[in-house]
Amino acid sequence: MPASLAPPVEATLSQIFRAFLLIGATSFGGGVMAYLRSSLVEKHGWLDDEGFVQLLAMSQSLPGLNSANMAVLVGDRLRGSRGALVAITGICLPGAVLMFFVGMLHRQHGARPLVTAAFHGVTAAAVGLVAAVALQIGRKVLTRVDDLAFVALAVIGVSVLHQSVLVVLVVVGALAIWWYRPRDDASDAPAR
Amino acid sequence: MSQLPALTWVFAYISLLTVGGGLAAFPELKALTVERYHWLSFQELIRFYSLGQVAPGPNMMMVAAVGEHVAGVIGALVVVIAFFGPTGVLTLGTGRLWRRLEGWRWRDAIQRGLAPVSVGLLVAGSISLAKGGLIGRASVLIAGAVFLLLIRTKINPALLVLCGAVAGLYAFGLG
Repeated sequence: MPASLAPPVEATLSQIFRAFLLIGATSFGGGVMAYLRSSLVEKHGWLDDEGFVQLLAMSQSLPGLNSANMAVLVGDRLRGSRGALVAITGICLPGAVLMFFVGMLHRQHGARPLVTAAFHGVTAAAVGLVAAVALQIGRKVLTRVDDLAFVALAVIGVSVLHQSVLVVLVVVGALAIWWYRPRDDASDAPAR
Repeated sequence: MSQLPALTWVFAYISLLTVGGGLAAFPELKALTVERYHWLSFQELIRFYSLGQVAPGPNMMMVAAVGEHVAGVIGALVVVIAFFGPTGVLTLGTGRLWRRLEGWRWRDAIQRGLAPVSVGLLVAGSISLAKGGLIGRASVLIAGAVFLLLIRTKINPALLVLCGAVAGLYAFGLG
C-alpha cells in the first residue's frame, strides 16, 4: 500500500463531523471539490495531494455524487465505517435542511407571479450553469477522439431515443469499457 | 404516507445512476417523479433542481425539497436517506475492494470507459433541463450570459443564479 493511502494522522469522529459539516454549510455555488481539498489536504492534513487525487478518481467512477463519495472514502480511511457515516451526514446536513425549507416556502408562496418570474430567471441561469459544468468536465476528461463517439452514443440514447439512463449507462458503458479493455500485447506493461 | 415506499425506491434507484454527477440522472428523475408518479410538475422539479445547484454540499440536496413536497418532514428524511444511504454503503465496500484491485488491468479500463459515457449523460441532462427551463428569448439570453461568464471567469455560480433571479423579475415580472 502506498504511503499516501495509510491513515496519516489521528482524527476523532467529532473532528471529522465538524470538518465535513463546515464544508456542507459553506460550499454555496457548487465546486465542493475545491472546498474538500482545502479542508482535508491543507487545513487538516488528513490526506496529501496524491491521496486526494486517488480518492477523487475513485469517487468519480462510482455511482453516487462525487462529494458524497469523497466523504465516505475519506471518513472510512480515517475512522472506518463510523467515520464514513459522520462524514457523509456532516456534508449533507446543511444543504438538506436548507432545501427542505425551500420546499416548504415554495409550497406556500410558489404560485405568486413575482416568485414565478424570479424562478424563470433562476432556471435559465441554471441551464447556463449545467452546460458550463458539462463543458468543463468534458474538456478535462475527454482526451481521445474515440471518447467523442461514446459521448455521442450516450446523448443519442437518452435525448433522441429516450432510453432510460440505466439502459444507456449499462449498454454504452459496457461498450466503452470493452473498447478500452486491457490489451494482451501490453500484459507485461504496468497498468496505467 | 402511502408514497413512502415509492419515494424510497425511486430515490435509491436514481442515486445509482448518478455516475459523473446528479445531472446525469436528471432525465430519469423527471421520468419517474413527474411522468410516472405525478409527485410534482416538470416546472416545479426544474425550480428545485435549479436552486439545488447552488445550495451548499453535494449538488443534489434538492431531493430534500422533493421529499418535503410529497410527504413533509418524513418525506424529506426518507428521500435523503434513500438517496445517500445505498450508494454510501456501495462506495464504502467498493472503496475497500478498489484499493485491493490496484494493478487489476480492468480497473483502468472501467475508469477510462465510464468517463466519456458520464460526460454524454451530463450533456443529455443539460438538454433535458434546457427543454423545460428555457422559456422565450429572455431565458436564452440569461442562460447564454451565465454560460459565457462561467467558462471565462472564476465568478461564484451562486452569485450568477442570484443575478438570474433579478433578471427574471425584470424580464418576466414587470411585463
